[in-house]
Amino acid sequence: MSTALEGTEVRPDEHPIAPFMRMDRMPHIWCPECGLGTVVKCFAAALEETKVDLDKLAIVSGIGCTGRTAGYMKLDGFHSTHGRAIPFATGLKLGRPELLVTVFSGDGDLVGIGGNHFIHAARRNMDLFVILVNNFIYGMTGGQNAPTTPIEARSSTMPFGNFERAFNLPHLAASCGASYVARWTCLHVRRLSKAFGEGLNRKGFRFVEVIAPCPTLYARLNKLGGGLDLMRFYHDDAEVRNGADTREVGIAYQQKIICGKFVDEEKPTFLEMMHAHYRRILGEKYVPMPPEGGLLRG
Amino acid sequence: MHAVPSGVLTGVHYLDGDFACGEGAMAAGCRFVAGYPITPSTEVVERIARRFPMMGGVFIQMEDELASMAAIVGASWTGTKSMTVTSGPGFSLMMENIGLAAMMETPCVVVNVQRAGPSTGLPTMVGQGDMMQARWGSHGDYAIIALCPQSPQEAFDLTVDAFNLSEQYRVPVLIMMDECVGHMTEKVVIPTADRIEVVPRTLTAKSPAEYWPYQTNGGMVPEFARAGDGYRFHTTGLTHDERGYPAMSVECQERCVRRLVEKIRSNADRIVRFEEEETDGADVVVVAYGITARVARAGMELARKRGVKVGFFRLVVAWPFPERRIRELAGGVKAFVVPEINCGQMVLEVERSAAGKAAAISLPHAGGGVHEPERIAEALVEAVK
Repeated sequence: MSTALEGTEVRPDEHPIAPFMRMDRMPHIWCPECGLGTVVKCFAAALEETKVDLDKLAIVSGIGCTGRTAGYMKLDGFHSTHGRAIPFATGLKLGRPELLVTVFSGDGDLVGIGGNHFIHAARRNMDLFVILVNNFIYGMTGGQNAPTTPIEARSSTMPFGNFERAFNLPHLAASCGASYVARWTCLHVRRLSKAFGEGLNRKGFRFVEVIAPCPTLYARLNKLGGGLDLMRFYHDDAEVRNGADTREVGIAYQQKIICGKFVDEEKPTFLEMMHAHYRRILGEKYVPMPPEGGLLRG
Repeated sequence: MHAVPSGVLTGVHYLDGDFACGEGAMAAGCRFVAGYPITPSTEVVERIARRFPMMGGVFIQMEDELASMAAIVGASWTGTKSMTVTSGPGFSLMMENIGLAAMMETPCVVVNVQRAGPSTGLPTMVGQGDMMQARWGSHGDYAIIALCPQSPQEAFDLTVDAFNLSEQYRVPVLIMMDECVGHMTEKVVIPTADRIEVVPRTLTAKSPAEYWPYQTNGGMVPEFARAGDGYRFHTTGLTHDERGYPAMSVECQERCVRRLVEKIRSNADRIVRFEEEETDGADVVVVAYGITARVARAGMELARKRGVKVGFFRLVVAWPFPERRIRELAGGVKAFVVPEINCGQMVLEVERSAAGKAAAISLPHAGGGVHEPERIAEALVEAVK
């Protein structure tokens, strides 16, 4: 603890985001200088701002560092299997359509092992808000190459530098049909909170990619300094370009990171299309799933 | 409680096992199905896809079986009864999230219309080679329940039972059908809704402040809260404590995993179900399940005509295995003959349960067809020599 804070110690339950957190699970397992704390803080700020009904908000994570988020937030939280957060969340949404379902997971989880689910959920414009925290590496397992690792960057499984091309995630989501696509870094806290607020309030497949520092593995293996150095890099080399053509927002190693809101369109969602279709074809015979779900009562 | 009439197609029908299974699910109150097409199981979901929009159900064809299984686990946490349907290759992919369902104690039903394997095998032809996979296929220790219908009528009845058992024990229940039963068309009688007992999802009566998702108060099955009711609970595939929080300790692993196994093991006598005929005074007992049980009956009749005293034992519930009853029978017979459409799987359980008191003779069939009754008869004759 720094001396500046002496005598002004804040009790954990007085922390501004405490109402959204499982404070009985603190301290968390994330490393010092990791960007995840900032992302969670921005998400909590968006919950505060949007006043969404927290009882109807479910959060689903897969496996990995970001995957722990579902366990730290005081919501109905599901820590599912590696890569399967999106299909798990799809079941939650379709089983009880009134739920607001958020997926909170990492790049390896959502577009590595879970890539197939990601593109199909975007194609369906499934009613999910997907937050992907991209640290360019597999953190939890110790710094292995990810489908987001830029060419030339080192990882523990590409010790001589990566030679595989990385995904351009906003373009992947947009080209599959997502309603909302944005990218921000951990430095852009106000814009990130705003994007989370928009994500919570929009319909269909909403996707926010958050670029976050991994000082322990990505930065160390690549000699990029600490978390603060990465934040400085975001400060100097992130460029806000709202509405940019997503074909042009791919990330190259230590090159400019294009941030912004790239897609924000009203498109019919999976549930809207399903209801409209069955109503048109079946008319009065169509019985939709009740908003509160298919629970049978006596 | 009784079935909800909108899901019950009361009447006398001529249905194949796949369709009957779909009808059983709808009668049991299933209102969410996720699946991926695979022969010879697809007719189950085709039936459901056609009827669900009229009864408030949602069917979604997912991108693969990993997603299908994950989706039904998610949907079940909303209190909506959920099911997926597949065959061998898809069953392999589902193992990952069958483990998750077991760990999170999520009621759900998985239908495997077995075809011959391994790998792609014989996609349109019968097999029973997934019986051990059903029990042990996902990594780690856990327990499931598995049922083996022998006819379209049983495909209906046992699917209703599968949902009821999954609700009672909060466990994935597997319907281990086979291609022959799935594609065989016979009379199926579907009773009126008030004659079908269904176990509803029971929600905890505790307040959110009092509720812990895995507290059992000495019992075996925790109380259920569903997403969206204000409980704001947490559940995870990690080893967890009674709050549902990850807890990486030997003690917690012991408590968590032992209960997952024991809740089925200690209730095995209540769950186990078999059909037994003329085992009193028998010298040999034929043990079979699914389509093979029907073939075994024919073989048994032939052997009886040759003077062999044959008893009949059919596994209706394959897992948990009726080890106590097999052990009792082993004291009075010379041998068990176990025909199955695999290279010898459930025979290992018979052998284990018989514990050396009677021989367990495997009659393997690699798949693609059923046993010749004559072959079973000869084995029965041979067994008593």
